[in-house]
Amino acid sequence: MAIKNKKLNLKDKYQYLTRDMAWEPTYQKKEDIYPDEQFEGIKITDWSQWEDPFRLTMDAYWKYQAEKEKKLYAIFDAFAQNNGHQNITDARYVNALKLFLSGVSPLEYAAFQGYARVGRQFSGAGARVACQLQAIDELRHSQTQQHAMSHYNKHFNGLHDAAHQHDRIWFLSVPKSFFDDARSAGPFEFLTAISFSFEYVLTNLLFVPFMSGAAYNGDMATVTFGFSAQSDEARHMTLGLEVIKFILEQHEDNVPIIQRWIDKWFWRGFRLLSLVGMMMDYMLPNKVMSWAEAWEVYYEQNGGALFKDLERYGIRPPKYQDVANAAKNHVSHQAWGTFYQYSQATNFHTWMPEEEEMTWLSEKYPETFDKYYRARFEHWDKEQKEGRRFYNNTLPQLCQVCQIPVIFTEKDDPSVFSHRQIKHEGERYHFCSDGCCDIFKNEPEKYIQAWLPVHQIYQGNCGGADVATVVEKYYHINLGVDNMEYHGSPDHQRWLDIKGLKPLQSNSEKKTAA
Amino acid sequence: MTIEIKTTSVEPIRNTYSAIARRFGDKPATRYQEASFDIEAKTNFHYRPLWDPKRTLNDPSRTAMQMDDWYAVTDPRQFFYGAYVGNRAKMQEAAESNFGFCDKRNLLTRLPEETQHQLLRLLVPLRHVELGANMNNSKIAGDAIATTVAQMHMFAAADRLGIGQYLSRIALLLDGSTGKALDESKTFWMDDELWQPMRKLVEDMLVIDDWFELTLVQNVLLDGLMYPLIYDRMDAWLGEQGAEDVSLLTEFQRDWFKESLRWTNAMTKTVVGESEGNREQLQLWVTQWEPRAYEALKPIAQATTGIDALDEIRAELSVRLKKVGLESTGVQA
Repeated sequence: MAIKNKKLNLKDKYQYLTRDMAWEPTYQKKEDIYPDEQFEGIKITDWSQWEDPFRLTMDAYWKYQAEKEKKLYAIFDAFAQNNGHQNITDARYVNALKLFLSGVSPLEYAAFQGYARVGRQFSGAGARVACQLQAIDELRHSQTQQHAMSHYNKHFNGLHDAAHQHDRIWFLSVPKSFFDDARSAGPFEFLTAISFSFEYVLTNLLFVPFMSGAAYNGDMATVTFGFSAQSDEARHMTLGLEVIKFILEQHEDNVPIIQRWIDKWFWRGFRLLSLVGMMMDYMLPNKVMSWAEAWEVYYEQNGGALFKDLERYGIRPPKYQDVANAAKNHVSHQAWGTFYQYSQATNFHTWMPEEEEMTWLSEKYPETFDKYYRARFEHWDKEQKEGRRFYNNTLPQLCQVCQIPVIFTEKDDPSVFSHRQIKHEGERYHFCSDGCCDIFKNEPEKYIQAWLPVHQIYQGNCGGADVATVVEKYYHINLGVDNMEYHGSPDHQRWLDIKGLKPLQSNSEKKTAA
Repeated sequence: MTIEIKTTSVEPIRNTYSAIARRFGDKPATRYQEASFDIEAKTNFHYRPLWDPKRTLNDPSRTAMQMDDWYAVTDPRQFFYGAYVGNRAKMQEAAESNFGFCDKRNLLTRLPEETQHQLLRLLVPLRHVELGANMNNSKIAGDAIATTVAQMHMFAAADRLGIGQYLSRIALLLDGSTGKALDESKTFWMDDELWQPMRKLVEDMLVIDDWFELTLVQNVLLDGLMYPLIYDRMDAWLGEQGAEDVSLLTEFQRDWFKESLRWTNAMTKTVVGESEGNREQLQLWVTQWEPRAYEALKPIAQATTGIDALDEIRAELSVRLKKVGLESTGVQA
């Protein structure tokens, strides 16, 4: 060993404080200590090549994070004390929070579990430590989100049982199956799915739109959480990029495996983002930008630059990227149109856009909105105003992979539903797209296991035979209070009261009146 | 006289989330409650893990312990993330000040060469034990059912990494931040006879599959002997060698262990109390592993405090286990 008398630089010092605590085991076999590192076929020849994506010792972590938490909770307290919920743009906005708390917060928790696991699974201690720090960060996010929305839950309906609903409600199986898919994969696929595809490539299209939506709609609690989580997210993104580069540099045999995972997780992510698209275009009273604009900036431009950069490793842009790019002008309208029809079975309200919002949609989607969507929406709006609010009582066909109803249209023809089907071991399976169908074909034994909510209802596994029973008893949705049409709902009424459009009644009076 | 600011009061329509109300009633909930209960997915998992196809995700059968409701295990410290980092930030502030003090006054480098060597041989190698503890707790956090249980182990995983880093910094103080002392210390961990039973124990623990067995072995049995031996008895012994200043650099560990007893005792008590079946299985694990922990620490005790100190600690652990209905053998108490 060379005699050392030079002071360590920051990089080496951090390595001494992390990976150098590890050692080559001799009493147990390495493959017994790290049994999950091999089966995916990823070849790691030298873990010492791992570049720490950030250098944060625990003492510094505790210190910085505690400062952030202190500031954050001071805002939460002030927000509650001053009834900050009264300062949002409009109570329709709260429905974006319902979607977030039931659709996204449980994913933060699942991420905590996933990273805690991979934070143990890798034989490279540097990677383990980075994953563990993300695990505890994700726990932070899941918990601060409960606290950020706690006050809203006290004043609006539909936020009251998010985790229970995440396990059950039909459309929440879209985000849930996404994370179950990643968590049930091996450690390298988990990181490709979550650290790279989700955190690095798509976070500006998922986490950020909700936080920007909060900023634009006077939601101080949620936007403060967003700012507070920003530096955590920056660390997670850095890890995402390091992971992918490290795996690709380790062995050329890794390239096709990573490519297949990028294809898969891009497509799964894109489908998941349909929910965000409709939130941005339809659920925010004060809109940040259109979904199509967000997709152009954050995927087509930023993602384009990223995949250009990855070209030198032999990685090409994700398969079906062209389909996703073309769909940016359609998905949010198709998704909102679906949720509008099935609002009796969601945990949030839906409504038809007001005239000025329709105008905004026409401007933002000059080639599609007026041509394909406006007439239907105006018709529904008219029906609702005439007392015939439309609800669809036929349960939809779900895609076997992404679990979204088969509602999206063909790339070249927005008047034709995109529907694929194949037979596998005598059973027929249905898909929303070639993207999802390909994912199934690569791992049929995985996707035949999917817990498809519609199938489960029909098989009698959801507490009842009719929608009302399932919704109330199994989903814990207060029918007509948490959901259905916004106009005339208790939340709407309460908002009018808050805004002084009618005198504010005390609670006891309201109870008597009801 | 008091001043009174007039505010409009708005009556809430509910006091907390439904899941919390089902457990504690519809009344204002604590932040610990809203952050810790029933936020983990419980049912309707989509795919069986490729790494464990016999079970589902979040499967309760990843341990032999059976609980009607794992949320019965709660944290007496009421730590959720914010409370946890707030507490540790204060502890690290004290530690930082102690390290700064030692560094500024050269308290370690002015120790006799032989004492410095003893620190590298007898104290610093524990950083490797801490890394094992870090890995074990991270695994448990990933496998455990119920947030109240999982988060305590995630916090423990982070703590153990931090403690490993504090131990490493003792060596960096000794060698002037060159890394030389850490390299030397690691050779003791790898090759010195004194450390081999411990290294074997740590490696054996890394292949324990049952997460509750692992938390028992790591956080109750091994820590229950190791922390009092090292940071109490050996600390006193180092003082006798003229190295009492080292105490400043291990203060964090003493405070930490005292605090950790609160949750480990509460957890063990609840799980033992759940059923006779749990108690029996836990007893088997105690019988199997407690002597291993003792044996692993024996050479260290022999080289420092003497074996009597370890035997006393062993008796203390036995009393502690007895309080929750478990018995450790090998002690003539």
